[in-house]
Order: sequence, then structure tokens, then C-alpha cells
Amino acid sequence: MERIQIGDVSLEVRTAGEGPPLLFLHGGDYVAQNQGFLEKLARRWRVLIPRHPGFGGSARPSGFRTVHDLAYLYLDLLDRQRLGKVVLVGSSFGGWIALEMCVRSVERIGRLVLIDTLGVKFGGREEQDIADIYALPADEVLRRTFFTPERAAPDYSKLDDAEAAAVASDRAATALYGWRPYMHDPGLRQWLHRVRVPSLVIWGQGDRIVSLDYGEKLWRSLSDARFELISEAGHYPHIERPEAVADAIERFARAEVTS
Amino acid sequence: MKVWHFSEMAYHPAWPELRDSYRVVVPNRLYDPKIGADLYHRYLDEWALCDELGINIMTNEHHATATCADSVCTIPMAILARETKKVRLLALGMPIGNRNDPIRVAEEYSMLDVISRGRIEMGFVKGVPFEISPANTNPADLMERFWEAHDLILKAMTTHDGPFNWEGTHFHYRSVNVWPRPWQEPHPPVWMPVGSPGSAAEAAERGMTIGVLNTGWVRTPPIFEAYRKRAAAAGRPVTPQRLAYMALIGVGTTREEGQRRADQILDYSRTSGIVAPQFMNPPGYASVSQSAQALRMSGGGFRAGRIQSRDGRAIDPRKMTVADAIDAGLSFAGTPDDVFDQLGAFYDHVGGFGHLLMMGQGGVLSHEETVANLTLFSEAVLPRLEELGV
Repeated sequence: MERIQIGDVSLEVRTAGEGPPLLFLHGGDYVAQNQGFLEKLARRWRVLIPRHPGFGGSARPSGFRTVHDLAYLYLDLLDRQRLGKVVLVGSSFGGWIALEMCVRSVERIGRLVLIDTLGVKFGGREEQDIADIYALPADEVLRRTFFTPERAAPDYSKLDDAEAAAVASDRAATALYGWRPYMHDPGLRQWLHRVRVPSLVIWGQGDRIVSLDYGEKLWRSLSDARFELISEAGHYPHIERPEAVADAIERFARAEVTS
Repeated sequence: MKVWHFSEMAYHPAWPELRDSYRVVVPNRLYDPKIGADLYHRYLDEWALCDELGINIMTNEHHATATCADSVCTIPMAILARETKKVRLLALGMPIGNRNDPIRVAEEYSMLDVISRGRIEMGFVKGVPFEISPANTNPADLMERFWEAHDLILKAMTTHDGPFNWEGTHFHYRSVNVWPRPWQEPHPPVWMPVGSPGSAAEAAERGMTIGVLNTGWVRTPPIFEAYRKRAAAAGRPVTPQRLAYMALIGVGTTREEGQRRADQILDYSRTSGIVAPQFMNPPGYASVSQSAQALRMSGGGFRAGRIQSRDGRAIDPRKMTVADAIDAGLSFAGTPDDVFDQLGAFYDHVGGFGHLLMMGQGGVLSHEETVANLTLFSEAVLPRLEELGV
């Protein structure tokens, strides 16, 4: 674990592997469960894995209140590290941050990978694009999140104090950034044309937090994007099918850029 | 000691149809406005009667629930500000971290204070966790918003050479200028319900009166002690007049009659915590350590064990008997002597308090029974309270 100081933020960043740079932005929950997938990515890339401010043990400066703040922070991180042609990978809430980064600047970003990403509002005012995880019973949220919840969901009774506190912090921080408007930025959709970088939208076929239909809308909103469906997976396909998602990203990274 | 009569204006006719949640997700097709109107009027009649009995009046508010049909605590007060002439009116109160417009809160309280000719006491409440969903306010910065709203409301009510500018973290006004100004100087007394020593200390620093609800024999003493300590440290007078305790009170000409009344009022305690679990601890509402603890207990940890017997056993509120409630210090019930003795023992146990928040109506307790309960209390218990020394 390393700490990188960016302005007022002492950012917790883990690095794994060697190779070209890849920045992974985690989702709002199940952060510890990303580990297997990240190990696979580390076979080919130097993977930077920050914990967003407010999550886990990363302190949140009081001025950090929106996903925009996180986007600028990670753009600053890429500048500080003088990284170029970065593969930017975001899952769920982390994909939202990645989109907010790309509409601002793709100067240091080579490719964008969005895994079951939220953050954009497509439907009307009485449509719920993103399942309200705070209003559904916990077991229903689990069924919507994972294709095989009994295998993928962690057993929280086995966590020690620090691990349980990290999860509680993750959830509080997700609420802080995403409570209202619920898990989206009303202005983001109108700027998606600024994502001028080859993109891959990966979706778990069984995702019932943000449906496949939402994923396809997101894919069609991006000018140079391909779409990859992961079967037998829910909202976090890289947790349930790490090999399949890592393979999809590798294929995408090797592929010729057509645009 | 000042006594305040409190009722949640329950819409109990819907209760038989409810099972797992009495709040948040209960559709209002279960509410019949014709029955609801009759209930509102009888509850208001009971409060109006308090003006003759010398019992002060307390309202509260909850949202999207059949347990409490008072969704705007200042609306009954607006009626009672004119209908009553003598007693004081406590709204406990306004969930200022959940309301989007603190200036509107200042205006409502100021108007009430003027109409009642200075009889308003204003409560600012954090709100229970299941109030977050109906308000759709962010639970993760609730208290930050609460204190900013608190500061803005008090500044708005005490500034008489306005307008002034307010560009804070959560609230933005460039021309704050509240009319009318309040009757009381510098502003009506400020109350806050608290449930932990930590929040008691925060209230003590600001000289607020704390209302302590449902904490009983075991949890109340450390809360009052934290208040006294912090008030002393802040150089504020340490007086029982800043401490209030709520109890469910059933008084009768016989012990059986008083306890029967308490038993019906106790349906408040038996129902008010029945909430679908996903609304019990929205992320960020509780501290990280409390939430971590709840997570390891599969969510069952938060708010569990809140009601305890005198010797520290957890009591399931749904199954609580009058004997349990008396033992836990949540209820004082029986003959006037019983009630006075139980109250006196509790008073001594917690080191004294200046306000008794009397839930004199709750659940299905009828209008006639409520009138009898309040009347007997005013005749046979109220005159003796000065024996307690406050």
C-alpha cells in the first residue's frame, strides 16, 4: 500500500504487476472482492488501484462531495504520475467516475472500459434506471447484484473490525456521492460525445441493478465503443467471472483502433 | 416540573392490515380521510383540553407512516396557538436536516410564536433513520446539514437589521430577511431530542434543552450526566430545566384502570419500531463503528437492544407488557400514588429533570379514556410534582 499526496488528498493506492499503465476505479461496494480480477490484470499491466476518498481508509476532504471531485482527482493523479495511453477501467460507481473523467479530458487516456457502469440518466422522471439498493430488502439486492449470490456474496460475520469498518465506510461514501440525484449526474448524458477514446462496455447478463437495456443505451451513446456480454454474471461480472472479463479487456487492448 | 402532553396522532385503524412494516412502504390507500378527520379533531380536542388542565402541549412529526399521522408538527400548533391561551407549545419537532428550506422553518416558528404571544418552544430533530427515505435526504451528511440549518434558523430569527447573506455548504440565500420576527427574545427556547451521551454533549454546548425518549432506566443516566458535564465545562448553568424525559403514562382511579390505559398507550412502543429492515440504518446515518457492528450481525445489530429492563436484559418492544415498561422506566402507570412513586424513583435514579413529556394518549386509547387519563393526572399527580423540588 502506498499513499500519494494530491493536493489535500492522501490517496491510498495499491500497485500490482508490470507493463503499460491501467487505472482501476472500484465500485461502491464489494471492494475487497475485486482482488482475483486485479491479479489477472496484473499479468499484463501495471495496475493502479486507488481507494476513493471516503472509502476504506482513504480520508475524504470536506470539500469532496460529488463524483466531479473524484474525476478531477484521478485526472490529477494521471498528470502527477506522467502517465499516458492509460487503460481506464471502471466498475459500477467507478465507471461513473471514469465517464466524468473522459468528458473532461482524454489527454492521458488510451482506452476506456466500463463494467456495468451507472451514472447516466436515460429514462423518464418516473422510470428508475438504477435499482434503489437502499429501498430494496437486503436479500433482493443480493439477488439483483450477483448471478450466484450464494457463491459471490461475502460472509460479513467473518470480518474483523478493520475489514467491517472499511465496508461501512465504503457504503457511507457511496451514499455521500450518490444519494441524490440517485447514482447519476443529470448533466452527464449531454456530454458523452466528448468521450473521444475507444471504449469497451462490458455487461453482466444477469445484472438487475442496471439492466442490460441500460448497458446497451450506454454503449450506443459512445462514439467508438464495442459491447461485450458476460454470461452467468450480475452487476460485478469481474467478481463472478474474473477470467472472462480480464480476457475481454485484453482482446480489446490488442485490437486495432478503427476510428 | 413542567408536564407536556404528547400524542403521535396515530392512524391506528390501518394497523390490523399491517405486518412487516408500519412505515415508509405502506400505501395510503389504507388511510380513509373521513376516519382520519375524526381522529385529527379528537386529538386536537385533547390538546385543547390541556389548556384548562394546566398541561403543556407537545407535537412531533413522522412521515409515510400509520404510526403517526402528524406529518407536519407545526400544523396542529397553528390551530392550537389560537385555540389555547395559557399553556406552552412544544414542537419536537422539525427535522431540519431533512427539510430543504430552513428559512421556511424560521418563518413557521416565528409566526407561531407571534400568534401564540410567545408560547412556542422549538424543537430541531435529527429524525429516526427511516425518515431518510421519505425525505430522500443524504444520510451520510445529515448532521452537517442539521447544524448548518440550526445556525441559519437562529441567525434568521435573531437578525433584525436584515437582509443578510448565507452561502454555506448546504443552504444558499442571498437575502435572508424573516418576517415576522419572533415574539420571544432572543428567540423561542430550542430543544433537541437525543439518544446518546455524545449528542447530549453537543446540545449542552449550545444550551439546548434535551428531550430523551425511550431510553429508560439504563440508558438515561449517562445521557443526562453527559449533558451536565459538558454544560458545566462550557460554563453554562447546569439546571434540570434543560433536561426532559418522556414516559408513557396511564393513571386510573384503580391500579387496574391505570395499567389498562398504559397498556393501550404502549401500542405506540409495540408498533413504532416495526420497519422494513433496509430502512433501519441507511449508510452514513450511524457511525462507522456502529454500522460495522451491524454488518457483522447481518444488519440486526443497529438499534437492537434499545429497550432494556432495569437489570439490563433486552426487551422485545413488540411483546412488551406494562410490567416490563414500568420496570424499564418507560412507563409510569397505576393509581395517582403509583405514578407519583414510580416517577419519583426514576427522577432520583437519573439525577433529576425539569420536564416530563407525558405520552397521555397512544395507540387505540379512546378519546373518553384519554380525557379521563389527562384529567385525573392534572388533579391527582400534577399538584404533587413540586414535591420533587423542580
